[in-house]
Amino acid sequence: MSAAERVEPLVSVEDIHTYYGKSHILHGVSLHVGPGEVVGLLGRNGVGKSTTLKTIMGLVYPDKGRILFAGKPVEGLPAHKLARLGIGYVPEDRRIFRLLTVMENLRTGLDRQGVTEARKRALLDKVFAYFPVLAERRNQAGGTLSGGEQQVLAIARAMMLEPKIILLDEPTEGLMPRMVSQIRQIIDALHRDGVAILLVEQNVPLTLEASDRVYVMEKGTVRHHAAASDLKVGDAVIQQYLGV
Amino acid sequence: MNTRHSTIFWTGFAVVMALLAIAPFVLPEFWRRFLTEILIWGLLAMSSDILIGYTGMVSFGHSAFFGLGMYGAAAALLTVRPPNLWLAIAYGLVGAAGVALFVAYFSTRLRDIYFAITTLIFSQIFYVIIFTWTEVTGGENGLTFSRPRLTIPGLYSEPFDSATLHWFVLVVVAASYLILRRITQSPFGMVLQSIRENEPRTRAIGYAVERYKMVAVMLSGLFAGLAGVLYAIQNRFAAPDFVYFLVSGETVIFNVMGGIGTLVGPIVGAGFFLLLREGFSRFFTEFYLIPVGIIFIAMVIFMPQGLLGFARRWLNR
Amino acid sequence: MDAVAAFLETIPYDQILIQTVNGIVTGMILALVASGLTLIFGIMDVVNFAHGELFMLGAYVGVIVMANTGNFWVALLLATITVALIGAALQVTTLRPLIGRDPLTTILATFGISLVLQNYALWAFGPVARKIQEPFSGHFTLFYLEYPWYRILIAGLSAAIIGAFWLFLKYGKYGIWIRATTQDRVMAQAMGIPVPWVHTFVFAIGAGMAAASGVLFGPLVGVNHAMGLDWVLKAFIVVVVGGMGNLGGSIAASIFISLLEAYASIWVSPAQAVIVSFVVLVLTLLFRPTGLFVPTPK
Repeated sequence: MSAAERVEPLVSVEDIHTYYGKSHILHGVSLHVGPGEVVGLLGRNGVGKSTTLKTIMGLVYPDKGRILFAGKPVEGLPAHKLARLGIGYVPEDRRIFRLLTVMENLRTGLDRQGVTEARKRALLDKVFAYFPVLAERRNQAGGTLSGGEQQVLAIARAMMLEPKIILLDEPTEGLMPRMVSQIRQIIDALHRDGVAILLVEQNVPLTLEASDRVYVMEKGTVRHHAAASDLKVGDAVIQQYLGV
Repeated sequence: MNTRHSTIFWTGFAVVMALLAIAPFVLPEFWRRFLTEILIWGLLAMSSDILIGYTGMVSFGHSAFFGLGMYGAAAALLTVRPPNLWLAIAYGLVGAAGVALFVAYFSTRLRDIYFAITTLIFSQIFYVIIFTWTEVTGGENGLTFSRPRLTIPGLYSEPFDSATLHWFVLVVVAASYLILRRITQSPFGMVLQSIRENEPRTRAIGYAVERYKMVAVMLSGLFAGLAGVLYAIQNRFAAPDFVYFLVSGETVIFNVMGGIGTLVGPIVGAGFFLLLREGFSRFFTEFYLIPVGIIFIAMVIFMPQGLLGFARRWLNR
Repeated sequence: MDAVAAFLETIPYDQILIQTVNGIVTGMILALVASGLTLIFGIMDVVNFAHGELFMLGAYVGVIVMANTGNFWVALLLATITVALIGAALQVTTLRPLIGRDPLTTILATFGISLVLQNYALWAFGPVARKIQEPFSGHFTLFYLEYPWYRILIAGLSAAIIGAFWLFLKYGKYGIWIRATTQDRVMAQAMGIPVPWVHTFVFAIGAGMAAASGVLFGPLVGVNHAMGLDWVLKAFIVVVVGGMGNLGGSIAASIFISLLEAYASIWVSPAQAVIVSFVVLVLTLLFRPTGLFVPTPK
């Protein structure tokens, strides 16, 4: 048993069923992420990967099943409480606040209770060190940034919450290769900092390299689960669930 | 609709009609008039249901249609001697149709909230016009006129009495109900409902949504105007108060209380509201709207499907 | 040439100037009322039919406080705070349960609230109009008129309140929360912003602004239970013309429409001058339905 499995999982999703109106999107999804782990969630378009993240984040409530965060049941809690508990969310279309400046975008996560001015300074400095481009553009409106810069801002914004886990939804979608490798470096850096990551991606090689474990979804449920090191791009399993 | 449903419907309909028809013999005068009023407001609410319940457009403009129907009838009854019932109806319908056309043209391009606000503002435009155009409309004091005789050309001509008026109203409202029911069940009605459920998709399929909406508004306006004509005939006056947007608001209240999208529901809602008003007036005099308003708000929150919807759920348990 | 000169002579310049001042005064109050309305709509998609009644309640609270303390400024302050709290309570009890439902239901609920509040005021205060005494009298001469300073004060104060609020939105700590929630409610939640409370807060602010307008406007007209109705209609027109949710737009539209109406009242009666606002609305709907002062949508 790996080290991650012996420790109590940080996030545990147990057999959740989620509906959008009458559509039954998630048919019993179960997965877990250990503290500090990078876990990949693979699958074709429309299988429910984003919905799984949204359900964990409390943006959508499951009809059935449980979600545990650090051992406590949290399903049904509103998203803002989960964010305060330590779950960060970087959605598929980035969704930065376009009319707010970069600095104001960051402040939405920074202005929390119980955080001293010194710690806020330190956080900002750290994020600007990671992402110098944000420091340069700190007074520009979010909507004027390029796609890659917005992606970086979205991740930085989530980091302002000092989360224990970040839910990343397709961070490399639509980005140039140079940006993709920068995202890869960010994931590694977060991993080194002890932040857990649940990574939804279409980019299979990136996911297999960056993750410790990988789940594969199809039609609203998890079909396969393995250590990333046990899988290669050419494997039959990958081809079956992800091949075109 | 299958035959079993059909039989149940027509039996129920016949029973209700019979009960309403014998009312003049059984009820004291006050309640007779009360019932007639419920029918008239019910017709107004029913017309509004076409928009709210079936097409998904909340309109606060029905006071304009109602009012124009009323003033149109007044015009006929005051200008043409001898006062003629059918002419009054005709004038009223034309007046209401004119207003409906105007409102429909401007509002049907707008979505939900904008449509609601715009219809409200338009009904206020008509209120202001009627209120200030004193020479024609009598301004604040309105118009009074005498009731025409109930004439069936060639056959019958007698002044209305309380019972015949009630029956006349009953026949008109029942006929309107049947007509509207037929329309909602027709292909046209189906398109309206499809617009309510998913307008973009209906448009994508190829329906000229704006045209359907305009026809819906016209239809709704016509029957609302008819209600206005009936009101004018019953009460023998027309006043700007009835064009004020509060009347539209009350109409929407009837719809919500009774259950939207059911045609019958709004009539039930009108009855419920008027009964509440009657009841609370005893204790609260003219402030009955305080408790009735609170009940309305509570119903919006807890019983959004209205009395009829609630009854249906309860029966299906 | 003579015809032109003759025409130019018939233009009542003094009246136009007077009406310009009047228009700006009314426009600023309307802007204060409409700001609250458009704010509430912009952040939570609620069309607050009861906004006129909050205006009216503010005026009545002003009357009561004035009667007890004789101090206009205390009345203004207390009315704003009281109605803000009432607004918050209303939002929590009747509007929160309706989140996620058809936006139509909030129209109905706020309409119900407006009926209840109006009739409550009628019951509590009776049909006779009350008066609020203006904090100071004093006129300056504007052409042939003795123009009250108080009216200028109203315009200035309204502008100050709106300006202060705008500053709060831009630089205040919670200003960011409000702006973020207005732009993207979902992501605001995901950033830990307690969106339900932001909604309540904004509704309270809108209510407070309406109440302040009521007290400011009180000395100009009588305070009675129906005073909210006209304002709510005008405010709605302004909000649609200015672009729903657009704060700057509704301010511009308020002044624009008020000026037009003021000018119109030179030639027609005030009751008929309201037609102007209706005409502006119709034209806006026909040609620029997203709002006259909003840049054309892409």
